[in-house]
Amino acid sequence: MLEAYRLECTRGDRTLFRGLSFSVAPAQLLHLAGANGAGKTSLLRILCGLLSPAHGEVRWGGRPISAMREEYAAQLLYVGHSNALKDELTALENLEIGGTLAGRRCTRDAAFDALEELGVGHCAQLPVRALSQGQRRRVSLARLALDGMGAMGARGARGGGGGNGAGLWILDEPFAALDTAAVAHLENLIAAHVTAGGMAVLTTHQQLAIATVGMFRIELEYEMDALA
Amino acid sequence: MSPFACIVRRDLLLAFRRRSDVFNTLVFFIIVVSLFPLGVGPEPNQLRAMAPGVIWVAALLASMLALNRLFAADFADGTLEQMALAPEPLFLLVIAKVVAHWLVAGLPLVLIAPVLGIQFDMPSDAILVMAASLALGTPVLSLIGAVGAALTLGVRGGGVLVALLVLPLYVPVLVFGAGAVVASGAGMSAQAHLLLIGASLALSSVLSPWATAMALRISLD
Repeated sequence: MLEAYRLECTRGDRTLFRGLSFSVAPAQLLHLAGANGAGKTSLLRILCGLLSPAHGEVRWGGRPISAMREEYAAQLLYVGHSNALKDELTALENLEIGGTLAGRRCTRDAAFDALEELGVGHCAQLPVRALSQGQRRRVSLARLALDGMGAMGARGARGGGGGNGAGLWILDEPFAALDTAAVAHLENLIAAHVTAGGMAVLTTHQQLAIATVGMFRIELEYEMDALA
Repeated sequence: MSPFACIVRRDLLLAFRRRSDVFNTLVFFIIVVSLFPLGVGPEPNQLRAMAPGVIWVAALLASMLALNRLFAADFADGTLEQMALAPEPLFLLVIAKVVAHWLVAGLPLVLIAPVLGIQFDMPSDAILVMAASLALGTPVLSLIGAVGAALTLGVRGGGVLVALLVLPLYVPVLVFGAGAVVASGAGMSAQAHLLLIGASLALSSVLSPWATAMALRISLD
């Protein structure tokens, strides 16, 4: 269970939000909405532990994440604004490295299957430099498919939840630059993750068509008066 | 593969695919060292006397030149965020990056330095001591430099700032490194100098990854 307790975030002289509390339970999806500059990305980075809030804390299973950094990181999969891909490496190499870095046991076949699932299997051996913006995003998001497979495998082996997959997905504008087919596919991927007992927090300006899962929405307000 | 080995392998692969960057450092080193005899004239005794200092100063500047490559690309494309969020402690990944960086930017200098020593007509035992002092000293330069590079990430004009931050800390390495070669040239034992560089290597390999990891988290904040 992920809990945000009275979070306050200040960037420069501006207070983006104050006293923000919510919690995400297993099998729940949180959709963060709000205007540009309202602090969605900052909130996600706070939830990851990359940014420290001015006040308040984020708790995972009742303990503050600042006290359990690596343990929390093992439960977390973050796809940020930037794709975290290396131009010089191929899509497959990028995904393998990303998976290994995230602490997943990642075979070449699994990585290839994940790329295939996101519809970029035919680009697996191309350097990322040669890919379009949408294709890069797909390669980056293939980490989710990889994670889903890991969770599935672990569940098959042990008959329980958790396992190799991350419990919490934090996605910053995952649908940006994707075409309609990829958007639908990604929504399925997220729905499957949440239905299987995972948690997800994401930002997007699109209407989410994930009806089957326990979704709730928080709208961050852009505070003009806070500029002073 | 462990995340540590994965990062080392990745950085070596990246360096291999961007070979020009690697050659930049090496070519800079060779050019600076080779220009000195042309500038000060071909008097053998004079060249022999100044060789240790020239080679060490050039090695120091060359490794500082390579510093901005250490984290900048990872910072720009978001890979650094993923490292900070990895289940592996960040300082371990920092060590992996510094190891790969030294293999690419430091080791070539150590290997080419004996050849440049011959160019200055250095005696063979002094060349050996110089290679040893560089082999011990350049990792210290990479380790200390990593702290500076991490602190100045995302800062405009960071290159100058890195130099200002890191150069004072480089000075002891330079003094003992060049001192070792001078001592051996004068017929004394270079052991004391080499031991002191070894000590700074031990100290910096404990403290610097930890400080670098802290600085990276601050830069990401």
